[in-house]
Amino acid sequence: MRPLLYLLTFSGVIALAFWAYRENYATQNSIEEAKVLRNEIAHLREALSVQRAEWAYLNRPARLRDLAAMNFNSLGLQPLTSAHFGDPARLAYYEAPASAQAHLSVDMVELQSLDDPTMAGAYKP
Amino acid sequence: MIRTPLRPLAHVISARQAGENTDFIERHNLAKRHDIIHESTKGRFQLRLAFLAIIFFMAFATIVTRMGMLAASEPVEPNLVNMGSDILASRADITDRSGRILGTNLVTHALYAHPKKMIDPLLVARKLVAIFPDVRVEDYERRFTGGRSFLWLRKVLSPEQMQAVHDIGDPGLSFAPREMRLYPNGRLAAHILGGVRFEDESVNAAQVIGIAGIEHALDQKLRDPTSDNRPVALSIDLTVQDAVAEVLGNGMNILLAKAAAAVLMDVHTGQVLSLVSLPDFDPNDRPVSIFGEDPVLSPLFNRAVQGVYELGSTFKIFAAAQAMELGLVTPDTMIDANAPMDWGNYKIREFEGNNYGPLLSVSDVIAKSSNVGSANIARKIGAERQQIFLQSLGLLDISPVELSEARNTQPLVPQKWSEITTITASYGHGISTSPLHLAAAYSTIANGGLLVRPTLLRDAPIGKPKRIVSKKTAALAVGMLRGVVTHGTATSADVDGYQVAGKTATADKPNPKGGYYKKRVINTFASVFPANSPRYALVVTLDEPVDNTGPKPRRTASYTAVPVAAEIIRRVAPLLGLRPALDLSQEIIASANLDMAPSE
Repeated sequence: MRPLLYLLTFSGVIALAFWAYRENYATQNSIEEAKVLRNEIAHLREALSVQRAEWAYLNRPARLRDLAAMNFNSLGLQPLTSAHFGDPARLAYYEAPASAQAHLSVDMVELQSLDDPTMAGAYKP
Repeated sequence: MIRTPLRPLAHVISARQAGENTDFIERHNLAKRHDIIHESTKGRFQLRLAFLAIIFFMAFATIVTRMGMLAASEPVEPNLVNMGSDILASRADITDRSGRILGTNLVTHALYAHPKKMIDPLLVARKLVAIFPDVRVEDYERRFTGGRSFLWLRKVLSPEQMQAVHDIGDPGLSFAPREMRLYPNGRLAAHILGGVRFEDESVNAAQVIGIAGIEHALDQKLRDPTSDNRPVALSIDLTVQDAVAEVLGNGMNILLAKAAAAVLMDVHTGQVLSLVSLPDFDPNDRPVSIFGEDPVLSPLFNRAVQGVYELGSTFKIFAAAQAMELGLVTPDTMIDANAPMDWGNYKIREFEGNNYGPLLSVSDVIAKSSNVGSANIARKIGAERQQIFLQSLGLLDISPVELSEARNTQPLVPQKWSEITTITASYGHGISTSPLHLAAAYSTIANGGLLVRPTLLRDAPIGKPKRIVSKKTAALAVGMLRGVVTHGTATSADVDGYQVAGKTATADKPNPKGGYYKKRVINTFASVFPANSPRYALVVTLDEPVDNTGPKPRRTASYTAVPVAAEIIRRVAPLLGLRPALDLSQEIIASANLDMAPSE
């Protein structure tokens, strides 16, 4: 009985040692991988900040103003003035053209004739 | 082994014959035998002892070595935490109110040299000068051969320059990584941003610290590593700032002014939407201020914040507002305005020797800008109450705005507040404040009488509002300012649709040698708009402008600061999303709309 107990204990110790050994290297590999990824993230962040700086530089108001002036013939961009504001009250209500109105009345007549139940239910004007 | 007996018979017999004790023989032989055994096992035990000693020595040596290693090495945590987020341990970005970048970082390199490692220092010097034409070849030759072993050569390199230095290929040249501050908009908002410089330069990194403007005032916050690179959002609107700077610059050139400043402020929150001081500078290449040079002439001087001027007649509205608040006058009360007014040795005159008197209503004192009238209003108020009132508006204290320049700019106030001070202060002389102070004071009046504290931060907390004047007084004061524009000294500021209300000021510049210059003036127009429900306050100041379009040069604010301010409002109000109220009959409807219009 005792030899068996010794055998089991020793094999248990060996198994645990083997597991710990593997875990150790797996952890070290993960740390190494994380380091690589962190470096990559840092590089990408750096690239992103450069891109943002470049974007801000290309969109600086002085440059945009010059571009608007250079391309005035094709774009016709002007500074925003109070004249560019519209008043909703001045908008005319939509009036359908005469031909469309004719169509509309025909449609209404046709629809009114649809007293029969349809798939969506009976049509009640 | 032959075993010798302990009691040999021959010895025993001879001992008995001699009458001796025979036990001695046994003891003697026993001792001899033990000696032999001892000799034979001695070597084995010595070996065991040595073996044990080695084992102990190795065990202790391991412990000592490990302890030594732990003590001598840098303590390093297992690098598992802090992944990713703050690898660029850098200064936070600065953005405008809608997130457009005003200041950011760019990774670059500094150049340093180990002259003793150089293969051919003279050739390196020549090749470096070809890359950096601003350096003289003799300087580099002298420095490389001077016996120093370490030299900084350039603080920042562009990628092209770095490649060119790489191509020299000398082992004595090395690069140190740097984070450099970049202001992509150049001169725009230069005075707000200020600037930075490197400190604690080392081969690995250098600390970037703010030296002026918001970079200095918020240095701790911008450098704070726990902020996780969250950008600091200013209240500035980049588009508005650009429009104001452009119009102000044009106005300054046309009117031949030496300098100009403008402050645009939200009257409800005190947030500064635009702050321009001209001439300006490029914060990417901040000029060095020369010691001994008059700081007022330097482009680094922030006229809107540091420039304390006697802002003249713009102060008259404060006297009128306080008198109305105290119930001393109403807008229609008639005031003695008979010019010139004698006060002791002083003679209070009107502009160009006019006389608007003998009597003027309070509204007309403001509209016509009568010095005598406002002096008489101030005399009704009295010195003490006037001082307390101006103090409560923040005109006599350091401005709380987040700029390092503002923190050491104290308005100039006379030591003793005598009655003549009361009289001159009522029309803005004898007291010098910055345009920013004035904008905050006008905002307070336009904000229904609730105190406005200027700020440059979009997310600044708004404290508990403090009432300075009643809502009714504030509305009456804004109405008087509107009168200045409709039928007073600032008629050219009547921008269609935006009901500008404001007050002009033409103040003679003080001569450093004493007295005032005759033909050098500071012109100011302080305004709020739209008058029926004020949203923004604008102060425009021009230094020594002159309008030469007429038969003779005109130097009053009506011809200089007012048209410039009007043009600024014309350009900026639509950008701020203010809907114009074009017809007088629609003003009331429009004002209702204005409250609903989005602010951005």
